[in-house]
Amino acid sequence: MNHHINRRNLLVGAGALTVSVLLPGVPAQAFVPTAGVSLRPALDPRRLASYISVNSDGTVTAWFGQPDMGQGTDVGVAQMVAEELDLRVERVKMDFYDTTTCLNQGGASGSFGVSHHGKALANAAAEARFVLLEMASKHLGVPVDALTIDDGVISAKSDPKKQVSYGELIGGRWFNEEVEWNGVKGNFLDLKSIRGKRKDPGQYKVYGKSPPRRDVPVIMLATEDYVVDVKVPGMLHGRTILPPVAGSVPVKIDRDSVKHIPGVQIVHENGFLGIVAPREWDAVKAARDLKVTWSDVKAPFFDSKDLYKHIRSAPVIKNGGLKSNPEPAKMDEAFKGAARVIEATYEYPFQSHACMGPGCAVVDYQPNGMSRVWTGSQKPHYTADGVAVVLGVKPENMQGTWVRGPGSYGRGDAGDAANAAAILSKAVGKPVRYQAQRHEAHGWDPKGPASIHTIRAGIDKSGKVVAWSFNSKGFDRLNVASNESKPENNLFSQLTGVKPKPALVYGSPQESYTFPAKQLTWEVIPPLLESGSPLRTSHLRDPLGPDIHFASESFIDEVAFSVGMDPVEFRLQNIGNERDRDLIKAVAEKAGWEKHTKARKQRRGDVAIGHGVAYALRGPTRVAIFSEVEVNMKTGKVWAKRFVVSHDCGVVINPDLLKLTIEGNIVQGLSRALMEETTFDKNNVTSTDWESYPILDMMERPQSIEIVLINRQNIAPSGAGEGSMRPVTAAVGNAIYDATGIRMRQAPFTPDRLRAAGLV
Amino acid sequence: MAKIALNVDGKSHTIEADNDMPLLYALRDDLGLRNPKFGCGLAQCGACTVIIDGVAVRSCVTPVDSVQNTKITTLAGLGGGKAHALQEAFIAEQVPQCGFCINGWVMTAAAFLEKTPKPTEAQMKEALSGIKCRCGTHMAILRAVMRVAQA
Repeated sequence: MNHHINRRNLLVGAGALTVSVLLPGVPAQAFVPTAGVSLRPALDPRRLASYISVNSDGTVTAWFGQPDMGQGTDVGVAQMVAEELDLRVERVKMDFYDTTTCLNQGGASGSFGVSHHGKALANAAAEARFVLLEMASKHLGVPVDALTIDDGVISAKSDPKKQVSYGELIGGRWFNEEVEWNGVKGNFLDLKSIRGKRKDPGQYKVYGKSPPRRDVPVIMLATEDYVVDVKVPGMLHGRTILPPVAGSVPVKIDRDSVKHIPGVQIVHENGFLGIVAPREWDAVKAARDLKVTWSDVKAPFFDSKDLYKHIRSAPVIKNGGLKSNPEPAKMDEAFKGAARVIEATYEYPFQSHACMGPGCAVVDYQPNGMSRVWTGSQKPHYTADGVAVVLGVKPENMQGTWVRGPGSYGRGDAGDAANAAAILSKAVGKPVRYQAQRHEAHGWDPKGPASIHTIRAGIDKSGKVVAWSFNSKGFDRLNVASNESKPENNLFSQLTGVKPKPALVYGSPQESYTFPAKQLTWEVIPPLLESGSPLRTSHLRDPLGPDIHFASESFIDEVAFSVGMDPVEFRLQNIGNERDRDLIKAVAEKAGWEKHTKARKQRRGDVAIGHGVAYALRGPTRVAIFSEVEVNMKTGKVWAKRFVVSHDCGVVINPDLLKLTIEGNIVQGLSRALMEETTFDKNNVTSTDWESYPILDMMERPQSIEIVLINRQNIAPSGAGEGSMRPVTAAVGNAIYDATGIRMRQAPFTPDRLRAAGLV
Repeated sequence: MAKIALNVDGKSHTIEADNDMPLLYALRDDLGLRNPKFGCGLAQCGACTVIIDGVAVRSCVTPVDSVQNTKITTLAGLGGGKAHALQEAFIAEQVPQCGFCINGWVMTAAAFLEKTPKPTEAQMKEALSGIKCRCGTHMAILRAVMRVAQA
């Protein structure tokens, strides 16, 4: 129950206690506190104490402004901090549990955990090392450059007996130093400069090792709460009732229908309808049994089988993309100069975050004190900001506590749950634990946007690509923002009447193909329902990555075969980056790539066997994937039997946890490639549980995933949380083509789609 | 509301609840256990799995009055006061990411291994079919359960 404690107060207490207590072995007369303070300076990015502190036992706490969502980001960052402080990693504690004790580093976001949020802490650690060396120099009477550090003990190089530890210098007290903050909040918060110097790769001792996750025993032995386990005195249980036809609102609520349920209260504001009850099962029953008459509205949707027809004909409300090289007019010329042009369109559905547990949060509204939210959201600072607005309390009177939740994979429904809990807690004046129901989790979470992608390649007489255009047309990438800090971006506030402010933005492929004329553009179409929509869109893990690169990397294969080239060779010939070339060579070698210039359609009885490859960048991280599939030609069922992944994210900090992260990406990516599709009818989303929205089963798991880590010692780490999901769909689609000769241009690759595409 | 007697992890409890309330709510809300999770309420995912008289059961759809006079084991009681071999194997293999699904895998595998101590990989996969893991840790799950099966 450690998250119920206000950590700020706890530390203040511990600090005050240890100021007067000297550790064993420290000569008292030599101990001169120089920089430490017993009270933590206010949380401020301009203060070293906001990032790093030394505990009285000589361990270090790094205050990390994002939760770890189960991939061990915190361990990787602990390694970065340990490296800069010359400490064993076991002695670096990571604290990322509370908005009042950790700066907002943007939460879990954009695979930035190591590359940006970790970098800021490593910089702070290097600064702390500088401060500690100065203190030790004064304390020991030895110049800084004559000192050395081993596991938090600073000693004179010439006389190792002259030594003092971090704990002795400042343990249990806070640094009082200021740091040079870059002035940015969120993801890109960092120190502008540091007086210390970051380690050179040649000095790395902690990078490249694989200390284990710290939370795995806690999870396996059930020794700590998840957010669903949080209990606050006087807490009520809340549920919501969402409309059967999206967009309709309650016009009559039959309160008598639930009056037999003890303690039920109904909360109704415009389109928002919720109930609370003292007992959880009573809340479930009340939400189930409450009789509601809903307003008659025009059906907002159509049958999802007409989705792509709709996207094709929908008006464009915003367009953009990368500037062409050359400018658009000359693109036309480049295409005119081609001997032939090939073109294809790829289609990708809405998909759900489909978290294991429906969104859950506890909000305790305190009009005259500190209001609190307990959330499993991956961006708890922003969640708390949004709750504060709903409650009408000042940010300084709002505390957000992160408690482990179901994985969210982008903006799942965790933040909307906090939004609902806030509305309910404010309405009834009691702490409320809100938990969505399964049909709401699948049906009403923010969705990954559906899209179509049209690609044209102009090819000259010699078979070279001379012009390349890629255009995406689809629903907004961020109809609601990727965090919950504003009510307008939350489902339940929208239902109360807050108007949404969609971002109207999309994205483009990331690769290094050096076609002489290249144009990457996008077009956004209007949402089907403007406010309170179960099809509102937001970031789903590796936002747009699988969607866009399914299209771009499938079409690369189409072009390669069209010019009679092997897909691996075509890529090696056309990419413009050495790291990418190494990556593709590595995956081909490890996979035992067999060159082919057309679909081989290898068969073993009813099973067709094929190989495919795909690659993509995700920021500076790059991933190539080989996939071997078996297609049952009778049923159309695809089994992705074997994957080989080559992965380059700069220097590798924790190889074992990186491999586990990649495995999860491949399996989740495969699930999305083969099975996942949000369906709807004219009224509402119809994929509302695990039967109607299946994910990959143990029986469908690949037999093997082999991983080649390309470790670039001299290149900064660039993150691995999402990159390896990006090329999965294309690699599998390309392998299906090799197996069957059928080019899948619509995801997911369900048996029905394969049969419809001509499989016999 | 009726008085209902439950034996959970070797301890006897009496609670007051609707007869048709799912066992999951009794475990979580009346007994305060944190390990079985609400995942779907539809017996589709496994996050709420407990073992009742040796059988892995989805507690989210099991009426609480139907399990009086049975022995109910949760993840917390699985190892009888210490970590069960499966829990140790899941730790050694660093299996869970978010871990929300873990009851389903461990409790189902534990009940299966009691009856089939030396399963093949194919038998194990089949036994675990139907359980959901959204983080995609299926590779590590199978490594961990086979580590125990082959021990």
